[in-house]
Amino acid sequence: MSVRKYSFALVLAFLGAATAAQAADKPTDPQIAHIAYTAGTIDVAAAKQAIAKSRNKVVVSFAKDMLRDHQAVNKQALDLVAKLKVKPEDNATSRALSDAAGKTKASLAKLRGKAFDKAYVANEIAFHQQVNGALQTLLIPSASNPELKGLLETGLKIFQGHEQHAVHVAAELQ
Amino acid sequence: MGAARYLPAVAAVMLAAAAVPVRAETIQVMVDKLVFSPAEVNARVGDAIEWVNRDILAHTATVKGGVEVMIPAGKTGRVTLQKAGAIDYYCRFHPNMKGRIIVSAP
Repeated sequence: MSVRKYSFALVLAFLGAATAAQAADKPTDPQIAHIAYTAGTIDVAAAKQAIAKSRNKVVVSFAKDMLRDHQAVNKQALDLVAKLKVKPEDNATSRALSDAAGKTKASLAKLRGKAFDKAYVANEIAFHQQVNGALQTLLIPSASNPELKGLLETGLKIFQGHEQHAVHVAAELQ
Repeated sequence: MGAARYLPAVAAVMLAAAAVPVRAETIQVMVDKLVFSPAEVNARVGDAIEWVNRDILAHTATVKGGVEVMIPAGKTGRVTLQKAGAIDYYCRFHPNMKGRIIVSAP
């Protein structure tokens, strides 16, 4: 499957999930915490896959940046939920994200060399775009605890940075 | 005692003062929640810029096609300004973070 095709499928899957969550009820803080943490975990797993598979210095270095940042943000998220005594709650959006990520990981596993590098980076752009969209339109507006909202707002800035970083890396791979 | 007697001494003191350059300063730029603050600073050649990173993430101050200063999480990064001119920099890890240093002659 081409990069474009599976990126598009991922967009649809995620938007579908976000819309479903919106249609029902706005997510609660425990659900928001779970979604944000899940998104971070997915990108950590994607980074580990890229570090193991890629032979391209720029791609591996980018993956290491993603690994370091997402682990740091997720640690901060865990510290915050512990402090707020919020128990992250699994939900349809988290499950849709994980399912889509599992499929992406399997598609990427079949690729090698430059095809893998390009697909991984293209997916990083698409994934960060989706998460940023969800943060802006759903997660941040729905968060009721101000500290959680603050963490999500900082997260949005970090992930917008990652999106731009990924765009730069994609340009270098051309 | 004539005033002339003191003149060489006074002149020597003045020359010494002139030879000492304007003391170089360290200008701090805070890095907090992915923002360089102040985003724009004025400095002179010989001054140092010190970025103080309050974030849990590593950042960089990178000049496109030029130098890069690492600013580790919770630590500082430092550079001494060598020549006059405007320097635009960004964080390579989070390119939405931007800053500017305007360096004037010493």
